[in-house]
Amino acid sequence: MIRFLIPVLIFLVLTGFLFVGLYKDPSLVPSPLIGKPVPIFAASTLRDAEKIITNNDIQGDYALVNVWATWCAACKQEHAVLVYFAEKLQVPIYGLNYKDDRASAINWLQQYGDPYVVNIFDESGRIGIDFGVYGAPETFLVDRNGIIQHKLVGIMTPDVWEKQFSPKIQQITSKVTK
Amino acid sequence: MNKFVVLVLMAILSQFNVVSAEIISVAPEYEQRYKHILSELRCLVCQNQTVAESSSGLANDLRIEVKEMLERGATDQEILTFMSDRYGDFVLYNPPIKPRTFLLWIGPFLLLVGGIIFALILVKRRAKNITDNQLSEHEKQRLKDLLDEKNNQEDKNKE
Repeated sequence: MIRFLIPVLIFLVLTGFLFVGLYKDPSLVPSPLIGKPVPIFAASTLRDAEKIITNNDIQGDYALVNVWATWCAACKQEHAVLVYFAEKLQVPIYGLNYKDDRASAINWLQQYGDPYVVNIFDESGRIGIDFGVYGAPETFLVDRNGIIQHKLVGIMTPDVWEKQFSPKIQQITSKVTK
Repeated sequence: MNKFVVLVLMAILSQFNVVSAEIISVAPEYEQRYKHILSELRCLVCQNQTVAESSSGLANDLRIEVKEMLERGATDQEILTFMSDRYGDFVLYNPPIKPRTFLLWIGPFLLLVGGIIFALILVKRRAKNITDNQLSEHEKQRLKDLLDEKNNQEDKNKE
């Protein structure tokens, strides 16, 4: 009986692992930055090359940092969602304009709407490296102490917002009022 | 005939799509370390390539970063730590040994030991079977009797 059961058991365990693996996205890499402060940076803003923005300018009970670029097709897909969040839900979104061209980025915002409080202009992609960016769009959730609480790689949707961001935001903002 | 021509053309043209990584020139004194570090780093955009091989924009930026860190006098370990601080252990082709990666490192050895134990048990069991199958004195006698009896009967039948 045992002789028969052992292979069946091994088979079931193996199938279990493979089954779980089936629903995992290998392109999602856990970020080591979660729980750590926003990387230190100083850059010009997108709209005004004379104006300098630093990591200390990301303020509020919570904030999103959204990595985007005009060359990024998926960014166009999520853009409408971001505009909706900013206008209807008053979500503070800081943009990190990643490896982009200033003129086309400004043009894009005029064309599709501007959900951002302000945009960090990261032409070389250096700030992106410090944020561990590897595939735009990416969205970080930052708490009032400037600590990164969550990271999304991929497109922001109302569903993702509801499931991943809303609970986290409630958690970090409720701590403040206590 | 047309299909054949198309096929040959496709075969020839497919040789031209090799995209190679943009080459960044490094001072000769750093070159060996530069190449070594890049081959240790996984490109996160195309995950089965090293940063040395990948032609993605990010890999190119990381190559520049590594080059500049070398020129600033960073050690190999400092550069690898810089990368894993930002992208996680996943960027390292040679992940460090820590609780999370124990299974990864020890797993193959566990399997090897398990296999050896399994093989030993099998061999022992088989050896035991062989000795067990030997007949006792009583059984030998009985076998002899039975055979004799049979032979006798056959002899009788022949007569």
